[in-house]
Amino acid sequence: MHRTAKLAVSVLMATSMIALAGCSAADTGADSKTLKIVYEKTDSFTALDTLFKKIKPEFEAAHKGVTVNLQPIQANDDDYSTKLALSQQSAETAPDVFYEDTFRLRSDIDAGYLLNLDDHLDGWADWSKFNEGAKGAGMGDDGSTYAVPLGTDTRGIWYSKPVFTKAGIAVPWQPETWDDILTAARKIQATQPGVVPFNMYAGKGTGEGTVMQSFYELLYGTGDSLYNENDQKWVVGSAGFKDSLTFLDTLYSEKLAVDPSDALDPNVWKKVFGELFPKGQLGGTVEGSYTPSFWQKGGSYEWPAYVTDMGVAAFPTQNGDAPHGVSMSGGWTLAVGAKTKNADLAFEFLSLALNKENSLWYDINNSQIAVRTDVAADPTYLAANPFVAAVTDLVSVTHYRPATSDYPKISAEVQAATEAVITGQMSVDEASAAYDTAVEAIVGSDKVTK
Amino acid sequence: MKAEQIAPTRGANPGEPEPVGSGSPGRPESTEGGSRRRGPLGTRARTAARLLPLVPAVLLLLVFLAGPVAWSFYGSFTNAALTGKEARNPQWVGLENYVTLFQDPVFPLALWLTVVFVVASAIIGQNFLGLGIALLMNRANRVVGSLVGLTVVAAWVLPEIVAAFVAYAYFSKDGTLNQVLSAFGMTGPNWLFSLPMLAIILANVWRGTAFSMMVYRAALNDVPIEITEAAMIDGAGGSKRLVLITIPMIKSSITTNLMLITLQTLSVFTLIWVMTAGGPGNQSTTLPVMAFQEAFRFSDIGYGTAIATVMLLIGAAFSVVYIRALRPGKG
Repeated sequence: MHRTAKLAVSVLMATSMIALAGCSAADTGADSKTLKIVYEKTDSFTALDTLFKKIKPEFEAAHKGVTVNLQPIQANDDDYSTKLALSQQSAETAPDVFYEDTFRLRSDIDAGYLLNLDDHLDGWADWSKFNEGAKGAGMGDDGSTYAVPLGTDTRGIWYSKPVFTKAGIAVPWQPETWDDILTAARKIQATQPGVVPFNMYAGKGTGEGTVMQSFYELLYGTGDSLYNENDQKWVVGSAGFKDSLTFLDTLYSEKLAVDPSDALDPNVWKKVFGELFPKGQLGGTVEGSYTPSFWQKGGSYEWPAYVTDMGVAAFPTQNGDAPHGVSMSGGWTLAVGAKTKNADLAFEFLSLALNKENSLWYDINNSQIAVRTDVAADPTYLAANPFVAAVTDLVSVTHYRPATSDYPKISAEVQAATEAVITGQMSVDEASAAYDTAVEAIVGSDKVTK
Repeated sequence: MKAEQIAPTRGANPGEPEPVGSGSPGRPESTEGGSRRRGPLGTRARTAARLLPLVPAVLLLLVFLAGPVAWSFYGSFTNAALTGKEARNPQWVGLENYVTLFQDPVFPLALWLTVVFVVASAIIGQNFLGLGIALLMNRANRVVGSLVGLTVVAAWVLPEIVAAFVAYAYFSKDGTLNQVLSAFGMTGPNWLFSLPMLAIILANVWRGTAFSMMVYRAALNDVPIEITEAAMIDGAGGSKRLVLITIPMIKSSITTNLMLITLQTLSVFTLIWVMTAGGPGNQSTTLPVMAFQEAFRFSDIGYGTAIATVMLLIGAAFSVVYIRALRPGKG
């Protein structure tokens, strides 16, 4: 009895010592010559994964004794950035090179997650090939560059030519005002029951998609904006904000868009690309320049007929005022982690991934708008799909999101306002007032302007 | 924060050190003064030696249970964040997070929905359904009993994420439930959209009833058959026996079960997140969902931990009520 007890105690102590040691000690197996590359991969976004898998052996052959450890995170954009931020909390898990959304960039620079790349970029001949706008995307508030852009994008109306033709609308179609969109949508509704006339994302389910591919196209076409860059204040109580909500309310209450319960499904965009457009069950929607990447060969929803069946138009301003179009741009970058132990190697990997050949491949296969001037002039880039010229033209009317660290929270409030309106939980005025209150609570009353 | 907070149930704790003074019988008694000087010293050393084996367990509890709770409590007084300059240098902000929380229009709603969820799905749903099934199973024949038991336990055996997807598939717009309804010529609503609370409550009842059922089956087996028979001979009917004999005899099991399922249900997250993600709007945002959204969607760790602390207090309040009910000599 006594002996058993003693044994039990020593076993218990031994196991707990091991357990305690296990959680305190760092993993000493981590080779100092391992590069950890963290990026997003989903069933519809595999281009970056393919690119990295292609250059991994190339890089390892050129640098003996270096292992490239690819760590794709399988998650949507929101979950990806959360997981990335969590991995940045400790030097053990922080990545050496990672994929970073431009709109989170400044916030993450403030958090100290990104390495200042100024010295490295000085010695990189290719840096002069990047266009100036793109260079600005990777810049922090201090004027230093922290990330190198992979490509950019624009947004416009994608519409189904067969559906429009059946409704008696002439194609190619270019609406001049918001009312033109409603008129076309009502024609489709009247002629083709079962077809969703014109969808625009709304609600928290589609996350940034709700604002980038729907609400901001409306808001920035009213003459109002989200943020006043000059005095660095957030705009509240604007007529444009209410008008934009009203437009969405009209689309959803007249059943011109998908059912509100479908709109709240985070996967509604998969239905748009994979089901509604190919089956001719959707008239039009606002989507990004990357749209062909889903349909072209090797995409998630291969559909060869998109080349002839789809059309692109600029999203109009509210009343047809100049500049007669609205687009939004974002884009993703590659950055080097501030906690990396091999900054030079990490930058070399980044520069290999972004050289002309690899940028060209990525821009074509992920339907990105090129940010390297040599790629933009390449004939294979221009011939990648019939829409490259049209979506590149939208750069002239495009807008960028305010790149401040408060932005993600404000964006969430905009999404909440659209959700409240399309589900009928709030009237336009109530949702707009709730947004104003929330923004003031986030940034403080001295940072808002009427 | 789940099962670890169980209070001692029936019976004394066998691991407790024996009362001081029950020294070894073989030792000759010395004078009174001598025993006063040596005895306590000896027993004190022995008590210390007996407590020594508990040290690793206490350490583990401190590191893995008290540690995170303390960190969360501390974090709720800072503006710690996942991104932005607060991520680099979190500042002490005092009660700011709590002030914001109590002014947040979502908070009273989330608090109310949490209470509704706990009361409806755990205290009423799981508890009464579990007791009912356990009572019926005592009378059912063996085959029916084990079939029912198997069916009920199946939901409980599933990992939470799988159970959540099953529930989603059942309640969703084109899901099983609406297909069954349409077979009878009825059109069901989109449950997750129009009746989100009802859907998650039913899903949690479905998933959690097995636990209560098993606790009550074990408790009912301990009710001596003689007492029930004696009551029968005295002419007590079924319902009278239940109220006057069975329930008083399994009272401590009821209280323990209520405490466990309350604390478990209070922290249910996966089920709700998968089924409705707190929506539409905030119509199914319970406190755990709200805490997750604030901490990981909006990167505001400080605010998220403040919500977690409030949840901890609610759990503690429930526990105090149940532990008081468990005290012997009451009721």
